[in-house]
Amino acid sequence: MADFDWALWLPYIFAALMGIAILVYVILDGFDLGIGILSPLADDTQKDRMVSAIGPFWDANETWLVLAVGLLLVAFPVAHGVILTTLYFPVAVLLIGLILRGVAFEFRAKVSLAAKPAWNRMFFAGSLMSALAQGYMLGSYVLGLDTGWPAVGFAALVAVCLAAAYAAIGAAWLIHKTEGALQVKAVAWLRASLGLVALGMAAISLATPLASARIWDRWLGFPETLVLAPLPILTLGLFLWLWRLSGKLPLEGDRMNLAPFAALAGIFALGFAGLAWSFYPYVVPGRITITEAASATESLAIILAGTMFVLPVITGYSIWAYRIFGGKAVDLRYD
Amino acid sequence: MDALLLSRIQFAANISFHILFPTITIALGWLLLWFRLRFNRTGDQAYMDAYFFWVKVFALSFAMGVVSGITMSFQFGTNWPGFMERVGNIAGPLLAYEVLTAFFLEAVFLGIMLFGSRRVSARVHTLATFLVAFGTTMSAFWIVVLNSWMHTPQGFEMREGVAHATDWMAIIFNPSMPYRVTHVLLASGLTVAFLVAGLSALRWLVGDRARGTMMALRTGLTLGAILIPLQILAGDMHGLNTLEHQPQKVAAMEANWETGPRVPLILFAIPDEEARENRYEIGVPGGASLILKHHLDGVVPGLDDFVAEDGTVLHPPVAPLFFAFRIMVGVGFAMLFVAWAGSWMIWRRGDINRPLAYVLVPMVLSGWVATLAGWYTTEIGRQPWLVSGVLKTGDAVAALPPSSVGITLAAYLLVYAALILAYLSVIIALALKASKTPHEAPPGINDPGVEPDPAMAVATGRG
Repeated sequence: MADFDWALWLPYIFAALMGIAILVYVILDGFDLGIGILSPLADDTQKDRMVSAIGPFWDANETWLVLAVGLLLVAFPVAHGVILTTLYFPVAVLLIGLILRGVAFEFRAKVSLAAKPAWNRMFFAGSLMSALAQGYMLGSYVLGLDTGWPAVGFAALVAVCLAAAYAAIGAAWLIHKTEGALQVKAVAWLRASLGLVALGMAAISLATPLASARIWDRWLGFPETLVLAPLPILTLGLFLWLWRLSGKLPLEGDRMNLAPFAALAGIFALGFAGLAWSFYPYVVPGRITITEAASATESLAIILAGTMFVLPVITGYSIWAYRIFGGKAVDLRYD
Repeated sequence: MDALLLSRIQFAANISFHILFPTITIALGWLLLWFRLRFNRTGDQAYMDAYFFWVKVFALSFAMGVVSGITMSFQFGTNWPGFMERVGNIAGPLLAYEVLTAFFLEAVFLGIMLFGSRRVSARVHTLATFLVAFGTTMSAFWIVVLNSWMHTPQGFEMREGVAHATDWMAIIFNPSMPYRVTHVLLASGLTVAFLVAGLSALRWLVGDRARGTMMALRTGLTLGAILIPLQILAGDMHGLNTLEHQPQKVAAMEANWETGPRVPLILFAIPDEEARENRYEIGVPGGASLILKHHLDGVVPGLDDFVAEDGTVLHPPVAPLFFAFRIMVGVGFAMLFVAWAGSWMIWRRGDINRPLAYVLVPMVLSGWVATLAGWYTTEIGRQPWLVSGVLKTGDAVAALPPSSVGITLAAYLLVYAALILAYLSVIIALALKASKTPHEAPPGINDPGVEPDPAMAVATGRG
């Protein structure tokens, strides 16, 4: 390891860590935002049950966003400034959305019955705002933070599709955590949203190579095409398998109840890997590379030392918490 | 208004809203651990009643703190990119350690602490409560380390206009850090003491004399009585530390324009920044010299020392500091009087009386007022610097159109105002509801040593 060049590698290690944090966030907070988006479709008892299915987890799920933005902030401060000032309004919508849904969650459980529907609406509105804002930011980022009208239109399309993707993974989580009538509903919600998810992924897959000659070459040059072919094929395969499986759910004895969630997490991961391949080595597409944006080596080193120690611990106790609240959701109570 | 002023107001609004809730959760976490441990030891249901009531307030406050904290982490990028560009090498790792060592700890174990008492053993539930309290405290530690470094930076060198860390121990243990951390943690303790005492006094006023309520009332008053003298001492030491490192801040707090001995302690005045003098001044002769230098002839620095030859003002605005500081000190002395009188009464007679209850109820918010006033004193007192001597506030702001910042600022203010009202009305409603329906835990559950049984997780409404 004597000739291992930390100054060269640290920025890439941090780019990878940030990528992992974003992916984990999208899967984990994706399902709880999705449940918020689906909540108006359920009756009052089912709403309570849906909230119980995410109650012990949502807070930790959102912490992954703080970690992802934190890593962007600390490891790539210049990119953090460029991205967030360009996306000033979507960020504000995202934050206000997260504020509303986060507190609505607590308020709806503590206010009088008369005030509860208002907080339920706030929970829905906040979840939808957050999901749309994130999708808009993704769409805008994919086209290199362009602010022209076609780019805005594309970002709006991605916004709707990401909200649908969150609804899908939220429904998949409900299939795992609930039973009876609500589970049957969740299967229908999953199937209804899958089409939009596929549309969104197809739109991004087509738009990125068309918008950037560099990305076109990355995917469609030879031999890259052959090496990369498994990525879209696997994604398509997972979609088809999920579509067929969901047509038969719930199975006898509630078998495979976690399979839709796992399949969607896989689809998210594959899509994310595709994006990572498209944009590497840029942090701000076409403008700032990972190396250019990185903080000083000594600062990255001290964060990495902490991260390497703490991340396995966090992962460990997160899994433990999920196990404690494993199984079908029951209504939450403090005592 | 320009984007700088609007961005500053927006940051101030965000952090003011945010700080209200960690100020509660930091100390309330430890208080919950205390209730839990007392129950483990004594088996007295009063402690568990108090636990289950205050854990709801904790959950609500925690959620408010988390969501407003997320907003904070984005503000650096959206409005203050210059901050991370110039001092990101130092601020970055400190913020990263906050997320890694504190946020995840509290967020993950919060679920177990709130909803896990039937799913895990009493011991694990106690441990989860401890880890959440510990996490909130670690979070306060790291963020106050960074804030203190912005006041008294050291352990770095500037290369091409960017700060590079040279000594992490010097950065973390910067001169104002121990004083500021102590002051902030004690402020949290006092905020919770008066929140608990005030809300319990409200329950007392509606006729609730349940043992859990009386125990919480006594705990709040006692905690306040113990912490307030410590806070006055810590505040005095913090002030002396500031006098050493940021004399211009102390000069503005005291509205003292000229350097000299026998400087009066000004009780009231209207500082006039144009004329550079005070109007309607009422002061105690030699008081400021006595407090700051512990000697009547002590020379106290004045604001006129902090004006450059060309007339550029290098000290913070005077009136906001002067008044904010006096509000903080005034609330502090009110706390001292009420906590001691109340403690004396409840330990002596085992009960309080109506006049005391009527004072305690509005003092539910006294911790918030003092915390914000103190926070404004120290933060405005650092101006015009963002990082003392390193980075001016005006050089860090994003070049956004003022209208953009204006729109988001209006949206945040609207949301925050509505949420504070909702928060206060809900905790008051929770207190009144708890008094009407005394909590009766089913026998056996949560007894120390009783093994958990998932099947016992009964379906009832949450909360």
